[in-house]
Amino acid sequence: MEIELHHIHKRFGPVHANNDVNLTFHGGRIVGILGENGAGKSTLMKILSGYQPADSGEIHIDGQRVIYHGTQQAIQHGIGMLQQDPLDVAAFTVLENFIYGQPGGQQLPRKAAAEQLSTISRRFGFELDPDTPCYHLSIGQRQQLEIVRLLALGVKTLILDEPTTGISAEQKQILFDALRELATKDGMSVLLVSHKLEDVIALCHEVAVLRAGRVVGAKEMPATTRQLVTLMFGQELAPQTRTRENLQGRPEAVRLDGVTLRGKRLSVENLSLSIRAGEVIGLAGLDGSGQELLLRACAGLVKPASGRLYLGGHDMTGQSYRQFLAQGVAFGAAGRLEEGLVGGLTLTEHIALITETNTVIDWGRARQHTADQIKLYDVRGRPESRIETLSGGNQQRMLMALMPQKPLLLVLEQPTRGLDVDSARWIWEQLFTRQATGAAMVFSTPDLDELVTYSDRILVFYSGQVYEVKDATRTTIDELGRLIGGHFEEQTQ
Amino acid sequence: MKKPSLGLQVGLTILPIIVSLAITAILIIAAGADPRAVFEKVLEGAFRNSRSFANVLNFLIPLTLVSIGLVVTFTAGLWNIGVEGQMMMGAIFMTWGALNLTLPEPFQLIAQILIGMLGGGLWALLAGILKTRLGVHEIFGGVALNALANVLSIYLISGPWQPPEGGSVRSTVPFRPESLFTVIAPDFSVSLFALLIVLAALVIVWLALRGTRWGLQLKATGKNARSARLLGVPTTRSALSAFVVCGMLAGIAGTHRAITVYESLRPLASGGIGFLGLLVVLLAANRILLVPVITFLFAVIVGGSTRLKIALQLDSSLSGVLQETLVLMMLLFAGVRQRVLTRRDTSSTPEASPSTPAEAAHE
Repeated sequence: MEIELHHIHKRFGPVHANNDVNLTFHGGRIVGILGENGAGKSTLMKILSGYQPADSGEIHIDGQRVIYHGTQQAIQHGIGMLQQDPLDVAAFTVLENFIYGQPGGQQLPRKAAAEQLSTISRRFGFELDPDTPCYHLSIGQRQQLEIVRLLALGVKTLILDEPTTGISAEQKQILFDALRELATKDGMSVLLVSHKLEDVIALCHEVAVLRAGRVVGAKEMPATTRQLVTLMFGQELAPQTRTRENLQGRPEAVRLDGVTLRGKRLSVENLSLSIRAGEVIGLAGLDGSGQELLLRACAGLVKPASGRLYLGGHDMTGQSYRQFLAQGVAFGAAGRLEEGLVGGLTLTEHIALITETNTVIDWGRARQHTADQIKLYDVRGRPESRIETLSGGNQQRMLMALMPQKPLLLVLEQPTRGLDVDSARWIWEQLFTRQATGAAMVFSTPDLDELVTYSDRILVFYSGQVYEVKDATRTTIDELGRLIGGHFEEQTQ
Repeated sequence: MKKPSLGLQVGLTILPIIVSLAITAILIIAAGADPRAVFEKVLEGAFRNSRSFANVLNFLIPLTLVSIGLVVTFTAGLWNIGVEGQMMMGAIFMTWGALNLTLPEPFQLIAQILIGMLGGGLWALLAGILKTRLGVHEIFGGVALNALANVLSIYLISGPWQPPEGGSVRSTVPFRPESLFTVIAPDFSVSLFALLIVLAALVIVWLALRGTRWGLQLKATGKNARSARLLGVPTTRSALSAFVVCGMLAGIAGTHRAITVYESLRPLASGGIGFLGLLVVLLAANRILLVPVITFLFAVIVGGSTRLKIALQLDSSLSGVLQETLVLMMLLFAGVRQRVLTRRDTSSTPEASPSTPAEAAHE
């Protein structure tokens, strides 16, 4: 089976999640779909598997244009996707889930279905007891069940989204063996969405790389981690434009003393760090490598398991987020309407939440204040507009308007996520007017250009380990690529 | 988002009322009665004389109080199912005051009301702490606390507060006259003081939600607690304060009900008024100024349908059918309306489904 994607476009509000994607997948091959968080790979796979339609573009199978609505129709065309969270009914047994996932559902003869289930399971060494309820299964086993179900439905192209998250090394081996066999023996195409480069290197025959919604590269394997990182992040760094100030003698804004942070999947151990007023620290690393833990710890949203954290000389260890705010921390989360803005409230109500500190709100004053901020930050919206009616870029401007003018520390999670070049530049201008007042800044971004352009120092995270690039102006794409891929030991300090 | 046309707005408000009246009428015909006679009898039952109208008002008072309280919790995004138990706890605490305090005339009753507020407020605070500190969803915590309040009332009535003559598990001794509300007239046994409390509660809560920092923080917490917290709103404190305010109003409601209807403490004295209050607020789509209108309508239906049995041999639970059909239709049409609006909205951004009932029914 050969699948061709022609000119696939998909927008979510201001974000162009897929921008003219053209790709061809051949049978018998395992293809890695690479890209940073937000690059558009999951969007593309959801389009291919029928979960959501593209805004425009065509899908061709074996030269024929196909149009399908929903996952059922996609499966009929031979394309099935394994979700990050397998879609099964917890209370049902393995066999029941297997049966109800088939067309005809309950009418299927139990015995024949059980037979089919065990035949496919046995072939790949999956250990699936038909009578075990699904809530007793591990994620790895639920994944196996889903694969068996899709194979029984006659799927010829199997899409897997981050399949190795949360499964054991042994299950990963079984999964990889099964995928290899499906590709080489059965001639299926396997599409693997992952940002775990070692998985991609171990398994894939070729890779396609997306960045900011576009296909930016493709490569036949084998390749090294470094080559893949270069593909993901680009070849060259933008020329340096920002002039760095001498920060010697500036007071210390933030200090971490042997701080250990525990997250769900990994922990950052024994991190010590000092940030001066006006200093900008960029955090690099593949998504979920520990940088979000550090950001949230700096904002008081994650409490250190051990060690101490100081802000402007005050010991803030274990204090609440509100005390961090009072100390002058401003936090900007990556998701605007999820974390930061309140859908359903007007712009004036947002401003009033920040500025009106008396018991009784002076709405006239709050409205005037809002009108001023709208003008100052060039927000396309009126004071009485509800925040969710604004475009993403304008929401981001509003978020800037809500940030304190002279913070001690700005903590920013992907501050320009999903924004076009001009909006992103505008955001940085705003941030640097605050930095100029002496605010320290810590931010994360998947964009290496942004990192080297704006940071004084860069911290690279790799599965909870941290490597410090002391001078961001003198690093190279090569060095960053190596570090992001986890090769800290090759660095000479 | 564009505002829907006026015709559509009015239509979507009136249509559910017409549809639910029609459904009830069909049920009445199926039961072998004449719908018109039923509606006439209900109105007659409510407005026949001062005594019947007093019944309507004495139902209206606690219902309006809990509904105002529930507007506060709904604004904070909370389903305060425990409101029924909060009424009960108000009645229980008040009864302690009635049995143990001896104060001169007006202060006795005022003290009882304040103690009732304390009882309801504390019981609500407990539901709030269960939610915010221990992660027990307020619906489950509320159901459990309701049951507990009822069991406690039965225990007290059959145990420590048993009347001296003994034998009865039905009620405590009747309260002394100083413990009761002063009524306007013997055949119009409504307390002006209680009506004033309702009016004051309505105005104060309305103003507080509109014009204070507390009200705005409550709203922000209800719409998106995570964002509100990042904007510096003390979301836990907001939620707890909403519970306490609602509980205090429910406490007054329970107090009023026990004093006015039973002149003593009885099990289940709250009589489902708390649950009815939840329906009122859903129907009002959390708009507080609509609350008295709807509670009046409900009080007329409930008060009036007591005549049905005598006049038409129909069970008075028919009034419940009408109320609930009305609520169901209103929610249904709120859903229809939401859909009409989103279809007009061209934005393709996937929106999270509304998490609170108030939001689902709002505008």
